[in-house]
Amino acid sequence: MKARYTLPAVLLLSSVLFAACGNKEEAQPAANNTQTSPTTAAATETNAAAPAASAADFKDATEQYRTYAISEIDAFVTETEKFTEAVKAGKMDEAKKLYAPARMHYERIEPIAEALGNLDPDIDARQGDVDDKDWRGFHKIEQGLWEKKTTDGMSEYADRLLQDAKLLRAKVETVDIDAGLLVTGAVELLNEVSSSKVTGEEERYSHTDLYDFVANVEGAQKIYEILKPNLTAKDPALEKQIGEKFEALNKELAPFATKDGGYVTYDKLSKEDVRTLSQNLDALAEPLSQMGTILGV
Amino acid sequence: MSKKKNDEQQLNPTTDAGQESASLFRKPVSRRDMLRLAGASGVGLLLGGSGAFGIMAATGATKQPASDKPGSPDNVTTGIPDANRYDFYGQHQSGITTPSQNFMCFASFDLTVSDAAGLKSLLQAWTRASASLMAGELLDGQNENLNLPPADTGEAAGLTPSRITITFGAGPSLFDHRFGLAGKKPAGFGDLPPFNGDNLMPEWCGGDLGVQICADDMQVAFHGMRNLIRIARGSAVLRWSQEGFQRSTESDPNKATPRNLMGFKDGTANPSVQDAAMMNEVVWVQPEDGAGWMTGGSYMAVRRIRMRIEVWDRSSLSDQENTFGRYRVSGAPLGSQHEFDRGDMEAKDASGKPVIPMNSHMRVARGDGKMQILRRPYSYSSGMDNTTGQLDAGLFFISYQRSLEKQFIPMQQRLAQIDALNEYIQHIGSATFACFPGVRQGGYIGDTLL
Repeated sequence: MKARYTLPAVLLLSSVLFAACGNKEEAQPAANNTQTSPTTAAATETNAAAPAASAADFKDATEQYRTYAISEIDAFVTETEKFTEAVKAGKMDEAKKLYAPARMHYERIEPIAEALGNLDPDIDARQGDVDDKDWRGFHKIEQGLWEKKTTDGMSEYADRLLQDAKLLRAKVETVDIDAGLLVTGAVELLNEVSSSKVTGEEERYSHTDLYDFVANVEGAQKIYEILKPNLTAKDPALEKQIGEKFEALNKELAPFATKDGGYVTYDKLSKEDVRTLSQNLDALAEPLSQMGTILGV
Repeated sequence: MSKKKNDEQQLNPTTDAGQESASLFRKPVSRRDMLRLAGASGVGLLLGGSGAFGIMAATGATKQPASDKPGSPDNVTTGIPDANRYDFYGQHQSGITTPSQNFMCFASFDLTVSDAAGLKSLLQAWTRASASLMAGELLDGQNENLNLPPADTGEAAGLTPSRITITFGAGPSLFDHRFGLAGKKPAGFGDLPPFNGDNLMPEWCGGDLGVQICADDMQVAFHGMRNLIRIARGSAVLRWSQEGFQRSTESDPNKATPRNLMGFKDGTANPSVQDAAMMNEVVWVQPEDGAGWMTGGSYMAVRRIRMRIEVWDRSSLSDQENTFGRYRVSGAPLGSQHEFDRGDMEAKDASGKPVIPMNSHMRVARGDGKMQILRRPYSYSSGMDNTTGQLDAGLFFISYQRSLEKQFIPMQQRLAQIDALNEYIQHIGSATFACFPGVRQGGYIGDTLL
């Protein structure tokens, strides 16, 4: 039974560490995981018994990921600015061209944004995810560009989007990045693909779902690469298996790349294409979901 | 517990078997009851000790939500009477001559591994899982590590095995170039030939591997299928799947022959699974049949047969009975009194027409009466056909036989040509699987082939 208490111990320990050296309020999301567990109280008592895995073991990994996340968010702000300027200037074609590539920077680090409270819905909600009066962000503008075929009335949303992007950049400095976040984040990225991108629901007006798909996979692959040393030490067969499945999925995705560095629109995919992509994704996500093994038993 | 002792327990109501099986013996025993009992006590034992279906009576085999391993001191009994577990290991696979359980999940897979080693490790992983599933244990692996998804998906925790059986077969496509098995393809084994009236849809046909999972509880059956699919991720993908049902044994105190969705008894003409010699004749592949790796196995034919429910429902009773050649209520052949009467094929009515119409289903299916198959079908309902608003329901036909060529195919050719039932049904799916012989302790599914 000892095993049951170990993770909360590790998580609590790490969130305490981060809370101590960072912003208390921002430590909340990471700690939430443990608070729902009835064993949390017991966990604190067995802290001392927690085996091997500790925050120190993942110091390199978390620092590498922080660097990656910040560089992606920097690029995200830059590209979003170009996009919003095009929207405000009424340049439809240019805005459409900039839309999906700008979003890729966001999709790569989505777990970080999701750890930052309301920012994810503000930036990335689809119609129906939030009350209509609160709906803003990329998909609101997407609807204007592709469905309503106009940039009229979009200036305000463009400004808000850029503000939110910049806010994300400011807040990322405070987010607690621990091994638990990396492990669950990698799986979450693939779950994102599985539940909305592979079905073509994410980009319902522009059909640029494959950009998001690729970006989510790249984000997950980055985490896998960062954790590779830890994973190799703990379970080399699993490390190899995950590597092979990333390779297989990327091979399935390759034919959908276009010459300009983008991807075909979702409506170009056949039923068989979607099914094959989805099955390759599941084949990867299953072993990837075992990465938690590095956190100790 | 030895097989012998187990057997005696089942056949003697005064010994301390599970409550459920004991109660079965307090009633007068009819032929149908005997069939039912054969199910409860393990057909394998009655079939000359093949041992494939020995039921482990009263061992308290329920899925343990905690970490208890079988054999550990605290796993001896849970106090739940449990006489509903079949052995995974044995001469034959279970789920073939096993009396039909209430529910079925069928899954057809396409392999994504590209070599024999990959295929072998999938079959080995499925073997370990199947042995656990049939024993009513949680799947082996980490089930308590908070950092990991549990190895067992958990929805069958605390449930009895519910007589779950898992039956594996190889489709004809397994013998293509990929796995070096082309030379081992049994002569005469392949996809079924086209039959008159077929309306096959590719999405309901074929598969490299077929798995039939049956249990008396739908959740237990689904749990089995789901976990095999999960284990296969990265090695094989689901090609199609179908759930099936029949009347539950609880809802039929008379233990009568089940009825299909047309309201007629289905399975009356089946050979007796208690008759070992008959099963060797009809079902089990014999050494002289060629393809030695299939000895003790059986060939499975699968047809997804949609019923034109709406059309059938507005046909007169007389039309319906003439279509089957049987009375709807009793199941007796037209002109006869009892369900199991042979039926008089020569009898004519006042106007000189055969009492059992020449194109009636039972007459055409019987043919000259020399060839039999073991039918093991389930009804299916897949909700509404969105195109027509009609029900997508019918029969998920499964039969087992020694030879598709000699048994199923000639029978289906006759039926496809003249069976009056064709007006009311449509074959929309088709598959064949060479079901491996049983697995020996220490072996794995398909080890005679690989």
